[in-house]
Amino acid sequence: MVRYFSLALVLLAVWLLLSGHYDPLLISLGVASVILTTWIAARLKIVDIEGHPIHIALRTIRYFPWLFWEIVKSNVDVARRVLSPSLPVSPRVFTVQSSQRTAVGRTIYANSITLTPGTVTIDVRGSELDVHSLTSESAAEIQSGRMDARVTIFEGAD
Amino acid sequence: MLEPALDFLSWALILTGGVFGVIGGIGIVRLPTFFTRIHAAGMAETMCAPPILLGMMLQSGWSLVTFKLVVILVFLFLTSPTASHALAKAALHGGVSPHDEDVGRS
Repeated sequence: MVRYFSLALVLLAVWLLLSGHYDPLLISLGVASVILTTWIAARLKIVDIEGHPIHIALRTIRYFPWLFWEIVKSNVDVARRVLSPSLPVSPRVFTVQSSQRTAVGRTIYANSITLTPGTVTIDVRGSELDVHSLTSESAAEIQSGRMDARVTIFEGAD
Repeated sequence: MLEPALDFLSWALILTGGVFGVIGGIGIVRLPTFFTRIHAAGMAETMCAPPILLGMMLQSGWSLVTFKLVVILVFLFLTSPTASHALAKAALHGGVSPHDEDVGRS
C-alpha cells in the first residue's frame, strides 16, 4: 500500500513540476490522471519491488555519488587512452559472478558496469555477467569486486 | 560575486561536456573494433551530455527549467546503459565476436 501512495505522490510531483500551472482546473485534471495511472499500474501488477523499488531510495544517497566519481575517473582514463598516439588498449571479454540476490540488484550492477566507460555488460546468465572491457586495468577493477560489494549493500538485505 | 562564479562554473561544465563529446567522437573513429567503439560511445553519453545539462541548470537557477533538466539527466542515466547493452547484445547475436580483433576494423 505504501508503494501505491509513493507512486501517486511521485506522479503528482512530476505533473505539477512539468506543467508549471497551479490553478484548480489543471490540478484536478492532474489528480485524476494520477489516480487513473496508479489504478492502471495496480491492474498491471507492476507496482512491486521491481517496478517501484522505494526500498533502495534512501541508500541512493551513498551509492550514486560513489558511482558518479567512478564514472568521472574511468572517463578520464579512457579519454587519455583514446588521445594517446599509441592507442594503449587491450580489449577482452571475461565473466564475473554477481553477489546480488534480486533481479533489481543485478540490473543495477550490470547497468553500473555499462555506465562506467571502459566496461560494458554484454550478457547476463543467471548470476553470471559477461563483461567486455577496453583495458586490462578496467577488467581488473571489475574483477576486484569493489563495485559488486557496493551494489549488494545498495540492494539491501530485505 | 556569486553571479560570475556561477557563470564560470557553468561555462567550465559546458566546455567539459563539449571536450568529452569531441574525444568520444575521436574514440569512435580511432578504436579498432565494434566492441571497443561502444566504450567511446559510452564516454560520450556519461561525460558529454550530463556536464552540459549541469551547466545549463546553473544558468537557469531554481526554476521549473532546472527540474526538467534534472528529469532529462535521470532518463539519460537510466536509458543509456540499456542502449549500450542492447547494441552489444545485438552485435553478439548478429555474429560479431568480441574475441575476433579483425571484425569491425576499418
